[in-house]
Amino acid sequence: MKIVVLVKRVPDTETKVKVAGDGKTLDPTGVNYVLNPYDEFAIEEALQMKEKAGSGEVIILTLGSKDATKEMRTALAMGADSGVLLLADASFADTASVAGALAAKIKELAPDVVLMGKQAVDDDNTAMGPYLAQKLDWPCVTIAVKLEIADGKVTAEREIEGGREKIETSLPAVITCQKGLNTPRYASMKGIMMAKKKPIEEVSVELAAPKTRVIAMEMPPARAEGKIVGEGPDAVDALVKALKDEAKVI
Amino acid sequence: MRIIPTNRSTQSIPASSAICAGPEEYESMGNVAVYVEIRAGKVIKASLEALSEGKRLADSLGGEAHAIAFGDADNIGDLGKFGAGTVHHITGDAAAKFSQDAFARGIADLTKEGFDAVLCAATSQGKELAPRVAACLDTGYAADVTAISAEGGKVSAKRPVFAGKAFAKLEIDGTFVATLRPNVFAASEHGAAGTVAAASPAMGEAKASVTELLKAENAKLDVAEADVIVSGGRGLKGPENWNMIEGLAEVLGAATGASRAVVDAGWRPHSEQVGQTGKTVAPKLYIAIGISGAIQHLAGMSSSKCIVAINKDPQAPIFKVADFGIVGDAFEVVPVLTEKLKALLG
Repeated sequence: MKIVVLVKRVPDTETKVKVAGDGKTLDPTGVNYVLNPYDEFAIEEALQMKEKAGSGEVIILTLGSKDATKEMRTALAMGADSGVLLLADASFADTASVAGALAAKIKELAPDVVLMGKQAVDDDNTAMGPYLAQKLDWPCVTIAVKLEIADGKVTAEREIEGGREKIETSLPAVITCQKGLNTPRYASMKGIMMAKKKPIEEVSVELAAPKTRVIAMEMPPARAEGKIVGEGPDAVDALVKALKDEAKVI
Repeated sequence: MRIIPTNRSTQSIPASSAICAGPEEYESMGNVAVYVEIRAGKVIKASLEALSEGKRLADSLGGEAHAIAFGDADNIGDLGKFGAGTVHHITGDAAAKFSQDAFARGIADLTKEGFDAVLCAATSQGKELAPRVAACLDTGYAADVTAISAEGGKVSAKRPVFAGKAFAKLEIDGTFVATLRPNVFAASEHGAAGTVAAASPAMGEAKASVTELLKAENAKLDVAEADVIVSGGRGLKGPENWNMIEGLAEVLGAATGASRAVVDAGWRPHSEQVGQTGKTVAPKLYIAIGISGAIQHLAGMSSSKCIVAINKDPQAPIFKVADFGIVGDAFEVVPVLTEKLKALLG
């Protein structure tokens, strides 16, 4: 089975977000970039699929700058076989323009399944899976917390409000992965060493103009300063009064 | 009236998705379409909120709001009251089981001409359906929007990024497809009754469908849709102490939330996790108990209208975002709080 895992390089979740001088993008000063946490579930799932089948190929596909090879090597260190990096200036790219480039490459690679994390923790648009699937004219399952693939048939469970729903479909398909689907393995020292020798094909691509344009990025409105109403259970009365009379939330 | 630029992308469109190509140019009529989600035979509250906002947007664009519903619901008739001039109602086999791809093609078929915006609630279903609709219409998509408006006929919206650590204001060149965050927009009645029209858009054969619903044990209110959340962290010391959280939540009619630490420790299900790798919530009231307030947790709840923190440590970062705080032992404070609220609220 040929599996493509989409991986994105993102600012880590510790980042204290500051707006850059252009008023629309993230100020990269001091930002630490990492492999998108949700993509780890996708990589792990791909590796488990390959291990269960006894054979197969796991290809890491990323769109971005050369810096992204660091995150791709992490995925290779976990056990993926090779990588494809679509070199593009994605600073103002949106789901639509990136999906276009990814779809073209995926058609060339012709995998059985495309996996990715359910969202990237920078834009949180949660859209690439379904958008890309539509461009490929494939089925898509999002927020998968359980996945079974046998003889080309897919049975998955996805998270919904108040529970889960069961989805049935068949390959080829796009699946977006949610926390709880599996427990991502750590790269071993051996894996890290081997990753250095695994091939990453670099291809320059030109993105179509984005359909969605950020015209400004702002900090959330500053919260008014709060107050400690007291200590211990004796403070409860003051709290209840504040919630009722000041905040008027009860 | 204004001319909307082409929705066609410069990429080649695969022949098999020919059902989803939009027109080259069309005169904007200011219409807004809103997909409404039906659960257990009822249009959900978040969809009524989206519809009300869609109506407000259509008014400022000089057009009408349309609702699109698949399947039967006992409050379909209410959609007119919440702003839908026309309800496009798809019933029968095509609507029987939810299918991301089939429903998206259907919605795109209905909205490929004459609509400035296509909206729906940012639920689990909405967030996978709407981007697919956007791909069908070859346009952009904005998730989890918290404000949307039109100026001079141009729609723009605000949405949280970096788990709400910042907000992006954006425009879309083409039909504005977006999901609206639940619990942010007011569901308001406009009075006029709408027309319910049977619709049979081109949907094609479903590639993926929902075959079964598996409800959680004691199907609880989801944190992402709740007005009030009572959330617990490591300060609760163990899963056996959660009845204290649940007791307070019950008195307030609240959903229960959790920090990443307790979810990772296996004390609480992931569906309750609030934070950057959990859910981002903005309820009317968020009560954080025994939660220190890691930057990722704050990212997930700092847009809450009112935040209360109960923690033993006066230096806990959570107190920096809390409107009201009690420094104290949760095991002493929470039972008293629950009792007092029970007496007040009944």
